[in-house]
This record gives sequence, structure tokens and C-alpha cells, in this order.
Amino acid sequence: MSEQDTGEVRTVEIAYFDGTKRTTDIVDREVPYPDGKLIVSRTDPQGIITHANQAFIDMSGYSEDELIGTNHYILRHPDMPAVAFKGLWDTIEQGTKWHGYVKNLRKDGAYYWVKATVIPNIRNGQLVGYTSVRRKPSRSKIVESEALYKTLLAEE
Amino acid sequence: MTFNLTVSPDFAPDHISGWYFFNTWLQRKLGVGIHLELYDSFDAQREDIRAEKFDLIYANPYDASMLVREMGFQAVVKPASKSDETIIAVNAESPFHTVEDLISGCRVATTDDPDVHTMGMIMLESADLDKNNTEIKQHSSYVVVAKNLLNGDADAGFFLKDAYDELSELIRSKMRVLVSSQISVVHHSLLVGPRMAEHIPAIQTALLTMHDDEKGKGVLESMDIETWEPMDSEQTEFMIDLIDTLID
Repeated sequence: MSEQDTGEVRTVEIAYFDGTKRTTDIVDREVPYPDGKLIVSRTDPQGIITHANQAFIDMSGYSEDELIGTNHYILRHPDMPAVAFKGLWDTIEQGTKWHGYVKNLRKDGAYYWVKATVIPNIRNGQLVGYTSVRRKPSRSKIVESEALYKTLLAEE
Repeated sequence: MTFNLTVSPDFAPDHISGWYFFNTWLQRKLGVGIHLELYDSFDAQREDIRAEKFDLIYANPYDASMLVREMGFQAVVKPASKSDETIIAVNAESPFHTVEDLISGCRVATTDDPDVHTMGMIMLESADLDKNNTEIKQHSSYVVVAKNLLNGDADAGFFLKDAYDELSELIRSKMRVLVSSQISVVHHSLLVGPRMAEHIPAIQTALLTMHDDEKGKGVLESMDIETWEPMDSEQTEFMIDLIDTLID
């Protein structure tokens, strides 16, 4: 858990790239990433979740039914700058693997940090979706990412 | 024509005879000749795989990726309820109690098992450790990895969970598990190569009913496999995509 966590609750409106918005409570409380687990999900080419493993269900706080058919951006934490996701999409749309550190929003408003890798799924030369695998990040990378994203967010 | 079968070298030595029984059983079922060749080393085996020596391979997930995407192999079955998990263990007396306790310069004992090594290195990332700030030594078997931990010649060791569980109780009592992966969807599979492709339906039928046949059941027990489950191409591609995300 981050030493800076206050447990404070704030209500924020999150705007997504497709023009939709939602208002939700954000809790300043980190849920530690479980040792040895990989969070695995797959989406269609538009980012709609088609597969979620148990670790994803457990860490996100959503049920499998709630996750399947929903856009992956439901996990987007308002502390994450839009430019980070632009970098992700620019990379994977070129057919390349993307790595990055991401602060994810849980259904209960708390957060968890991951080291994420996303790769395009190519079948018979066609893009059929993306696979995202998240693993436990080091505390030093989280601290670095927090500082970087704060600066990028201030510039948006 | 005689086909060639090989098995990923990470199975426990106790099950060597099981693979010979399996080969005899399969030859009778298919009515074709199959030669079984076993290896001690992943690298030596991979060299022969790349030289297109084999038609039937019980492969670890890492090699499955190469076999399917580069060599036109097709996964037909996987062992039921048997996923490949990795353990990082230390000497029972070690001052390290979590992965994050491990420090730069620590000595890591590993094998040439590509999946276990990759997953072990991934689990070290949370301690900011990688190949540049650790002393990695590759050993010939998991028993040798354990010996290095017991002798104090390594600070941490990577094990395939199945292999760790099959070490003697005495050896295990002198070690402590720091972390065990819980991935579930990465597993070995039996793959068939292009020269043997016409036999795929017969192989799948024979293997999926193997546990119903008295002899087949005995062979499965000697391989420490309960039953086989079918694997379709999408399941295989999914596992390969997942492995791809883990390789930098």
C-alpha cells in the first residue's frame, strides 16, 4: 500500500475518448498486487472485453458478467493521463507490443498498479483483438510512474 | 514411414518409462511406427526440433509457440488440470522472506527450462531485479538447483512447481517457497507436425478416450497424467499470445 494513501473519497467525472462520461467515487486506497498472479484479458479490436481471467475479476472487483462486453476503459483511473493511453493505442495499432505501468481503477473506487503488456492478436493475417497481461510492478517503478503521470496530467 | 516423438525434458525422471509405454500404446492404436527420443537438455532438443527431426512433440508452452507459428505444428491435446507454474525458493535459513527482500547482486540458480526461467525472472521484477543486476547460473536439473540453495551457493532458485513437488521431502524441508505463480492457462501440449498431419483425427480420438481403456489408463498413470483434453487452434493461439507478452 502506498504511504501517501489517505483513504479520502472524491467524486469525479471521467470522460472517455469516445465521448461517453461517467461519474464515480474514487478512493485513495491502493490494493496490493497479488504475488505470482497474472491478470489476463482479451478485447476485440475496439477494446471491448471478450475474456477475463479470475485474477482480473478479483482485482477489478467486477464480476465476469460485468466485464465481458464492456470497454476496457472502465478500468481507467482519473490519475492516468490520456497521453499514456494514446501511446498504447498508437503502438498496438501498428502491430507492436506495448509495455507500460498503469494505475487501474477498481469498481469500489480503490486502485491497483500493474506492469501491463498488450499485444495484437493476429489470425490468418487479420487483427482479431488484443491480449493484455498485467504483472506485479516494483515499488520504485510505481513511484517513478506516479511522478511522471502527475506532470503529464498537469499539462493536459 | 517411422515418425519421431520427443518430450520436453522437464518431466520428472520417474516418468521416463511412462513415455516409453505411451509410445508403444500409441503405435498400436495408430498402426504406425514411432521412434521416441528423450533429451536432458532443452537447447539440444530445440536444435533437433529446428532441424525438423520430429513429428510429434509433447512441448512446453515456450516451444509450442515456435512449433505452431514457425513450423506449422498443430496442438491436439493437453493434460487435464495440469498447468505449468513456477516457484522461487530459498534456503529455509535464508534471511529473505519475500521476493522484495532479494537485493541487487543476488545469486539465482536456474535451469535451461525456458518457461520457468522466463516466469522466474518476471517474478523478480517486483524487486527491481533483472539479468543485469543478478548473478544467474544455469544448472542441468532442478535437483542441482536445490543443491545450490542447500549448499548456500545460490540465494534463490527457480523451479517448475511439479518438479519442486517431486523433490524428496528431506530436500524440500530445507527450502522455503518465496512465491509460486498462479497463471493456470499456461500448460504443456502434444503437437503434431506437418508430416503426420493426416493422423491428427486418429491421434485425437485415441488420446481423448485413452482413460477409458484399461491399458491406456495404466499408461496415463505412469506419465502422471489423469486424462487428455482437446486443444483447438484458438486455445493454442491464446496461450502463445500470452507467452509472447511475457517475452521482452
